[in-house]
This record gives sequence, structure tokens and C-alpha cells, in this order.
Amino acid sequence: MAKTHVTMKVNGAEVEGLVEPRTLLVHFIRENLGMTGTHIGCETTHCGACTVDIDGMSVKSCTMFAVQAQGSDITTIEGMANADGTLSALQEGFRMMHGLQCGFCTPGMIMRAHRLLKENPSPGEQEIRMGISGNICRCTGYQNIVKAIQYAAAKINGVEFREAAE
Amino acid sequence: MNDMTPTREQREAVLEGMGCKRKRVEDIRFTQGKGNYVDDVKLPGMLHGDFVRSPHPHARVKKIDDSEALKVPGVLAVITAETLKTVNLAWMPTLAGDVQMVLADGKVLFQNQEVAFVVATDRYAADDGINKVVVEYEPLPPLVDPFKSMDADAPVLREDLAGKTTGAHGPRKHHNHIFEWTVGDKELTDAAFKKAEVTIKEMISYHRTHPSPLETCQCVCSFDKIKGELTIWGTFQAPHVIRTVVSLIAKLPEQKIHVIAPDIGGGFGNKVGAYPGYICAAVASIVTGKPVKWVEDRIENLTATSFARDYHMTTEIAATKEGKVTGLRVHVLADHGAFDACADPSKWPAGFFNIVTGSYDFPTAHLAVDGVYTNKAPGGVAYRCSFRVTEAAYCIERAMDILAQKLNMDPAELRLKNFIKPEQFPYHSALGWEYDSGDYHTAMRKMMETTGYAALRKEQAEKRAAFARGETREIMGLGVSFFTEIVGAGPSKNCDILGIAMFDSCEIRMHPTGAGIARMGTKSQGQGHETTWAQIIATEIGIPADNIQVEEGNTDTAPYGLGTYGSRSTPVAGAAIAMAARKIKAKAQMIAAYKLEVHEDDLEWDIDGFRVKGLPEKFMSMKDICWAAYNAVPPGMEPGLEAVSYYDPPNMTYPFGAYLCVMDIDVDTGVYKVRRFYALDDCGTRINPMIIEGQVHGGLTEAFAIAMGQEIRYDETGNVVTGSFMDFFMPTAVETPHWETDFTVTPSPHHPIGAKGVGESPNVGGVPAFSNAVNDAFSFLGATHIQMPHDYWRNWKAAKDLGAVA
Repeated sequence: MAKTHVTMKVNGAEVEGLVEPRTLLVHFIRENLGMTGTHIGCETTHCGACTVDIDGMSVKSCTMFAVQAQGSDITTIEGMANADGTLSALQEGFRMMHGLQCGFCTPGMIMRAHRLLKENPSPGEQEIRMGISGNICRCTGYQNIVKAIQYAAAKINGVEFREAAE
Repeated sequence: MNDMTPTREQREAVLEGMGCKRKRVEDIRFTQGKGNYVDDVKLPGMLHGDFVRSPHPHARVKKIDDSEALKVPGVLAVITAETLKTVNLAWMPTLAGDVQMVLADGKVLFQNQEVAFVVATDRYAADDGINKVVVEYEPLPPLVDPFKSMDADAPVLREDLAGKTTGAHGPRKHHNHIFEWTVGDKELTDAAFKKAEVTIKEMISYHRTHPSPLETCQCVCSFDKIKGELTIWGTFQAPHVIRTVVSLIAKLPEQKIHVIAPDIGGGFGNKVGAYPGYICAAVASIVTGKPVKWVEDRIENLTATSFARDYHMTTEIAATKEGKVTGLRVHVLADHGAFDACADPSKWPAGFFNIVTGSYDFPTAHLAVDGVYTNKAPGGVAYRCSFRVTEAAYCIERAMDILAQKLNMDPAELRLKNFIKPEQFPYHSALGWEYDSGDYHTAMRKMMETTGYAALRKEQAEKRAAFARGETREIMGLGVSFFTEIVGAGPSKNCDILGIAMFDSCEIRMHPTGAGIARMGTKSQGQGHETTWAQIIATEIGIPADNIQVEEGNTDTAPYGLGTYGSRSTPVAGAAIAMAARKIKAKAQMIAAYKLEVHEDDLEWDIDGFRVKGLPEKFMSMKDICWAAYNAVPPGMEPGLEAVSYYDPPNMTYPFGAYLCVMDIDVDTGVYKVRRFYALDDCGTRINPMIIEGQVHGGLTEAFAIAMGQEIRYDETGNVVTGSFMDFFMPTAVETPHWETDFTVTPSPHHPIGAKGVGESPNVGGVPAFSNAVNDAFSFLGATHIQMPHDYWRNWKAAKDLGAVA
């Protein structure tokens, strides 16, 4: 099948590649760019493991063609650590609050939480639950993911994090 | 001592040993997208394989024409059963003693069965190839209802078994019968029922569902023709077992097979068995000489690799008028689909279902299980469950509620009246198990006090009165569940897989600088072994957990083990770790005695080293002993500090717990709200409370899904109608309730550190708690038993059938 040349910015770097028109963005990211942190869990837009940030929106990259991302600015989990390589507030929050187990949904969950906190810097529990409802986790039961996002929000906002009583 | 000398508390804190909420070491890579899962493996020249699958649930395969497929650019080969026959791999053995088609051999027996394997340069080309393979089918009548499987005129499914009146587990009664398994004293039990003042009988179904980890089943197989070696990266919960199975069925020498289970994106039982994809990828690699990747998509995962449950349990309890149970009689019709691909220990065709007497002192019991074939996907696996314990716990916990209703007793009171008493442990159950330890009354009373159970019952009575007066359309249910699990398979006297005893193992190597590496036969799929195993070692030998690297999943480097499933890792490998660490400590003591110039009996262990009794200043730290092990061992002693332990557990461990679900249901819509869920777990000694709590949250969420909607459903013609996350209930953060966790600690008397295992308890105890809540809500309207899953529609339907909705 004829291939199309695409260029886009991923985690701050200009990238390019030759793709079939039907190539899914998630395959372009994982296989052409070799960034395997973005995962595939369902291929039907339900699970959110493939969530990346595109031009300021959370996007499930299994449901977008690579050619549709031409010229866009993408952030993946590989672009989420602090500039000095330390864990960012969200990454640290997931670790401190035990917000992950097998780690498979984690990159998509963190990418979604990243955009959620941009949209709403101090979300309440129900707002977080609704905000991540496009991302499925099979391990944690979400309770500690909610806490992880609250931890990160507090850290980003420079306020003390207080864990809600059980 | 000066001010710089660390206190005992500081020395203990540095270790981050058992009981500490140690943060997970795995998370550093997982939170940065640096995990290494199977689909992340990319080898030079790697090909992709994908399946042509059957649209029919039951059909004869008349012809497979691959000529057009082979013309598709990028398609290199199409493998069929005929290809596999040349290497004697068209069929493979299952862990349950049956055989299973790898690719359709003359017939297909379930929808989406593997028919041909297309190998191509990339996954898109493979998909193009699949669309060009032309298969000619002759449809046959499908058998969907297990209750009709043994009718005289039921279609013959397994033609390969024609004339075989005996299977792996004894006589077969019918051409669609797999096995009958009976346990217990029938005469004594029948007599108890004859004498009984009160009896109950109910057919309690546990529907077919699926573990559905977020990462599907997948592998990369790479055959090196020059060396004759096969390397397999795969989503394997039991990598060593896979190596042995591959060696036996592919006739490859076992030392030439390298199985690597890298990071695994959840297992929940789905990744224990061997699937056609693994065999086909291996054969494709041998045929093409190139590495071949096979990655299931979600539809394939839900419809072809192993389902769970599908047990239909006719349950009877005999009791006195006062509510003392006197007998239990259960018959199970077990739907295994097209092939018996259960992942149970080999001698246990219904797993440990004979734990069905639960937490109660039944003087006698009898159990019979009939396994049958239907035109459905093969299985079933233990979905977050120790081999059918979930089914057993659901069966008895539902039945106890039904008995309480008949006796007009509170279900918690009935349970307290019938619990095995603390002084009865070790307790021999009527169906053959020896429960190691338990204190059920304390756990139950703690649950009742913490939740304000009596007040909740009072509120329920008021709400029922208000409902009767027409003041509300909401009903309230309290779901009590008290479960006993049986985990840690298992003792070699009764547990093996294909003849391999179900021990587990640990090898520890200490390095000169006081660091070390530990390897186990288990394989984490999210349980956090890299974190917790190091904690056991830290406490045992006084080296900080941070200095212990834990490695699993590589059969070349790890000692042989049976893997991670059935909550067996802590009971079996956890014990092996402690025993290996104690061997290290014993040698360390000899080295310390030599260096401190005393007899080793004059030494005592003190957190992180040995101290001479009565001379507190004479102390040698474990770190220093590690160094000495490489330069100054006593004369005649071999240098180095390493140990291996293979642990054959003397018994299973029996975790237990008391759960309560408080639920409100709107009868007009069937919409329910889980107002509160409280889970008290007793898993003996707690290694990492943070991880235990996380396991409980996850298990409860899976239990919630199963009880409230998660079902693999077939229509009457054998079409599977729940093939994606659109139809198969996967709770999101919005539906998932808030969890309250609690605990008691009753250590296992036979386990070296007293630990029991916990990962599956919340699934085992959670499902009956949810289902009992729904049933309890409807009971005052006249319901005795409403079948799961309790989705909105079924709740509404129940209300309508009971006359509560016009």
C-alpha cells in the first residue's frame, strides 16, 4: 500500500515517518518511533491504555490514524518526567499512593490525569472519577488512583496533601 | 555508644522489612512508560501471526483455500491443521487431561475457534491475509445449554472421543460428558437430610465470565536453526511450566527452550494455560526461520482464550429448627465448553470446589460435579481464584442466606451459630481439607461492630415499612459474606501439574558489598513481588530491601517454580524465600562466630547482624559478614554466600474474611447504589499492608463487576454476544464503589512467616456479598434466589416478577 510522509512533534522533538493511510497513531508511536510506553488494551476506544495528549486534548491513539496527527504536538508518557529526569508530580503521586499494580493502564491513566489537572487544577473526588472514566484499570479499583491525582494536584498547587479518611 | 549510633527503630526502619508499607520499586519504570511488556519486544526481521477464526459455533470444515491469501503482499505463510500434523501438533494436551485442537481439524466447536494462522511481515498484512483465506463450512446444530448437553439426542461434539468411555478423571456417561467427580459420605449425608427438621434446596448459577486483564495474551517465538534453540517471550503466569509443556509436546530438549515472561499487564488466571497462539507462533518461527509475534486483540481474548466459572450448583442444606446445620449436598453441572482446558492441579477436575462447606462446621457433606462439553470457548480458568474456590464460596454463602431466610433468622446470627470454633483448628472438614487456623467469630463481630450492623438492620426494617406504605420506591439490602479460602497449591501429596509437584523456589546470592539478588519460580503480574519478596529477605537477614534485587520470569536464571496464580506465591514461594534466607543466615552465623572468635551458640541475632551474648559491643553486621564470606571464611568452609530453597508446603493456607455490602435499589429502574462496602481480611502475617490493601481494592472491584454485570453470554444459536468492552461490563471509576478495608491477623501455624495469601480473597468473598445484598433487598417481597449478574435490567425484572412494579 502506498505510504504517506508524516511529520509531527512528539515530546518536544520533531519526528517524521512513512506510514500507510490506515496506520493507527498508536502503531506509529510504538513501532515507528519505538516509544512503547503507550499501550494497547482493546483497540475499540474503551480502555484508554493508549491515551496520549494531542494539541491540548486527551486522545485515544488507537482510534486515530497517524496521518490525522500530521503537524500536531503530541505528548506521551515518555515526555512526562521532569526535565532533570525525576518523577513528575503525577508520576510520584501514583507511586506514593499505590495507584498502580501491573502498570499497563498507568501511562494512559497518567496522560489523562495530566490533561484533567490542566482543565481543573483542584478536582474533587467525583470530578476525578468522572474525568478518568474513559480509562479502565483492572487492578487497583481506582480508589488509589483518585488519591494519586489528588496528591499530584496538591503538589502542583503547592498545598499540603491530606489523605481523606477511610 | 555515641549520639551517631542508630537506634533499634532506625536500624529496623532502614531495612524496610515485613510489615512496612514499602513503596514499590516497580513503579519507577511503570510510571515512566519504561515497563517491558511482550508487545514491546521487537526483534530484527520479526513477523506477525494472526488467526482466521470460525464464525460458526459448530460446523464441519470442508475446505480451506489459502491461494488468494498467499498472493497478498507481505503474507509469507498460512498454517492449518494439515501443516501442524506434519509436526504432530494439530492437537495439544490441556492441563486438565483433555486434548484441544490447536487449529480446526475437520470441525469447529465454538465461535471464533482458531482455523488457520496467517504469517506476514506486519500485523496489517496479516489481517489482509486473513480476509483472503476462504473456508468452506457445513454448519452443524449447536449445543449451547449445558442442561441439554447430556440429552439422548444431543449433538455429538467431540468426534475424536468416539468410543472412549473413560476420560482423564474416570468414566464418561454420555458423548458430551467429561467427568464425574464425587467427594464426601453420601449415605451419611442422605441420612442427615432424612432426619432434618429444616431443609433448603436451590439451583445457584455462577455465570460464565472472563478475567480479561488489560494486556491480552501474547508471545514472541524465535527459533534459532543453527543452535536448535527456541526462545519464547510470553505473557506467562507460569513460565517454567510452559517450558516443560513445550518440551514435551514439541519434542525439543528442555535446555534448548528459553522462556521469558517480562512485565505482565495483569493475569487474573487468564495467562496460566497454553493457547493455540503460542504453538502456532512457535511453529511459524520454525517454518520461516524468523521471529514471530502473536498478539491477541480484545475480541479474541474475550471469546477464545479461557473463560471462567459457568458452574450451575444445585445446593441443599439440612438443619435443625434452631439453625444448626447438619448436612450439605451439592451437585454441580460444570460447562467446560468445547475442550476441558481447566487450569487446575491435575488430580482436581473441579479444582478445590470441595471447600464448599465454607466456614461452617458441617458434620457431613456430599458433592458431585459433572463436567460437560458445549459449543463454547474452552476453559475454565481460575479468575482471581484458587481453583473453583470462588464458585464454592458463592454457593455456600448464598445458600446460608437462603437458609437464614427460611428460618427467619438474621444471616449474620446464623453464620455465628455455625462457624468452626477457634479451638477446633486444625479443623478437618467433611469434604477432606485440614483448615490450618482461623478465628471466625472475632472477625465477624468486628465487622458487625465497625459497620453498625444492628443499626443498619433497623434502618432496613424502617425502609421496608415505608416501602409498604408507599412512601418510597427504594429498597435496601445488606449483603453479609463470610468466606474461607484455600490457597497455596500445594503440597506434593495432593497437588501436581502434569506430574510436577507444586512446590516453589527461591535462590539468593549475596554479593561482597552486602547487596544481593534473589530469584524465584513465581511471576508477578502486578502483585509487586519485586517489592515484597525483598521485604521478607530484609527481615530475615538484616539487609535493606533496597539492596536486594528481585528477578523473576526467566527460566534460564530462575530456579524451577510453578508460577503465580491461585494466591500461591506468598504461601509457597514466600516460604521458600524465608527458608533460603535462613540458610544464608545459618552460614552467616558460622562466619560471624569465626570472625568474632566465639562459638556460634554464643551469638544472638539482632536486627541486622549477630551479637555475642552478654557482650553487646561485640557485633558483626550482615553487611560485614557478606564481605567476609568472600575472603575470610572458617577453614574448611566453601567461600560465598548463596542458598536455594525448594519449598514443598505441608498444607494449604486458609485465609478468611467478613464482608458487608450495603445497597439501595430503585425498584422502578433497577438502578442500584452501593452505599457502603466493608471488607475485613485475615491473611495471617502481613508483609506489606499497602500492597494488601491494593490487592483487596482490585479484587473487590472485579467481584463487583462479576456480581453486577460482567458476563460472557451466548445466544441460543451459539453466537457470543459479549465480545468487546462495549458489551462486557468493565467498571470505570464512576461505577466502582468506595472500599473500606480492615483486618485481623491469625497467622498460619505451618508457614515459616505465618503468611497466607490475599490477592484472591476479595473476589471470593466479594461476589457473594454483592449478590446477597441484592437478594436481601428483594427478600421481603418474596424472593428466595435471584441469579447473577444483577444488572439494572435484571433488578427491574426481579421487581416486576415479584409484583413490586406494575
